[in-house]
Amino acid sequence: MTSHHPQEDLLLSYSAGALGESWSLPVACHLAYCPECRYEVSAADEIGGLLLEDSTVESLSPSALGNVLSQLDKVVELEAPKLIPRTSALPSPLREYVSSDIDLIPWKSIGRGTYQCLIATGDSDQARLLRIPAGKPVPEHGHRGRELTLVLRGSFSDQNGEFSCGDLQDVDEDITHQPYAGMNEDCICLAVTDASLKFTNLMPRLVQPFINF
Amino acid sequence: MNVAVSNLREVQSKKISLPDPGQRIFNFEVFSPTKPRQRITKMTATPEMNQLIINIAEFKDQNAFANLFEYFAPRLKSMLMGLGTHPSAAEELAQEAMLSVWRKADKFDPTKASASTWIFTIARNLRIDRFRSEKRPELDPNDPLLLPDAAPAADDQLYLKDRQKVVRRALNELSDDQKIVVQLSFVEGLSHKEISEKLELPLGTVKSRLRLSFVKLRTELRSEI
Repeated sequence: MTSHHPQEDLLLSYSAGALGESWSLPVACHLAYCPECRYEVSAADEIGGLLLEDSTVESLSPSALGNVLSQLDKVVELEAPKLIPRTSALPSPLREYVSSDIDLIPWKSIGRGTYQCLIATGDSDQARLLRIPAGKPVPEHGHRGRELTLVLRGSFSDQNGEFSCGDLQDVDEDITHQPYAGMNEDCICLAVTDASLKFTNLMPRLVQPFINF
Repeated sequence: MNVAVSNLREVQSKKISLPDPGQRIFNFEVFSPTKPRQRITKMTATPEMNQLIINIAEFKDQNAFANLFEYFAPRLKSMLMGLGTHPSAAEELAQEAMLSVWRKADKFDPTKASASTWIFTIARNLRIDRFRSEKRPELDPNDPLLLPDAAPAADDQLYLKDRQKVVRRALNELSDDQKIVVQLSFVEGLSHKEISEKLELPLGTVKSRLRLSFVKLRTELRSEI
């Protein structure tokens, strides 16, 4: 059971369809691990249904219904349900972006034993997978904006506590933190930022342009 | 089969009725003041709506579809026009959403969502795809990673009906400031940043109003357990 959840504004905006694609990813992945948030988001979806019922009406062109009725018989291939390997550890929202298998992520080294895999999304923010070696720190950094981090394997800790599989950390720009991966295994997480991270040490800052942080 | 057919006839013979203006949660005119819109007079019958979708799934029932279309398409168009979308684009998307309702009717599960909520989610996802050119990451309900849900209620139908009442109550109890940010999120699909620009409010204020609105919903949901 997860113990760190997305903040309420994210859950509400995700349900509304108002959260950008990058931010929606860790929220959707968290739902895989958290029945509690899943229930709350499905209840929030009801808000959309009620608002639709309460909406004013805007008349359609006289041909609208006929136009749709004439298309009903067209056979459209709906996507076949995907067969998901049981061994796969990546939650379903990530699979079409990366791979279905956590062990097949195409990692790129960003130095100090840390690897990343950038995720292409339709919005301007940046989602990435990170692999931090067991027991090692992620370089200390502050933020120019918000940062979400969802743990997919292993764990990390910082002054805010310990985050393990399915936990989501949500930090604002006023926080500078230094997460350490847990000792037992490498930590794999999904991180989203709305602005470049600010590294506080000189070396990582020099490296920053090359690793696209 | 006879029972199903007689249900079907019963549903077909009923005209879908419409919500009472007294039940309206928000005044939509606040954000769409350009022209007066038609007011609605009667109350929605959600179980009938559910049955219409089931009839589409089971019998490819075009009359059921026409009834659903008559009720939902003008509302979808109105909701989508709230985005400042050109009426013809809103109408096109409303038609496309209704076509998806026809094609996906067999995926509809009345124990998981009401008809209006299910149709809202279809339109929401189309809106993200067309207007934002983004995808919506969603959980596959068959994901083997899923931890099981907390024990489901014995009577799912009742459970869902109660939940809708609770959600409506929570919405009614929001302050006007909170209602506006919820409306802009659900109806117009605006992000935190877009809401802060539109209402000329600091980003932090938008975030805290959204948070408090969700907390209200959560509190009401928990008070029912």
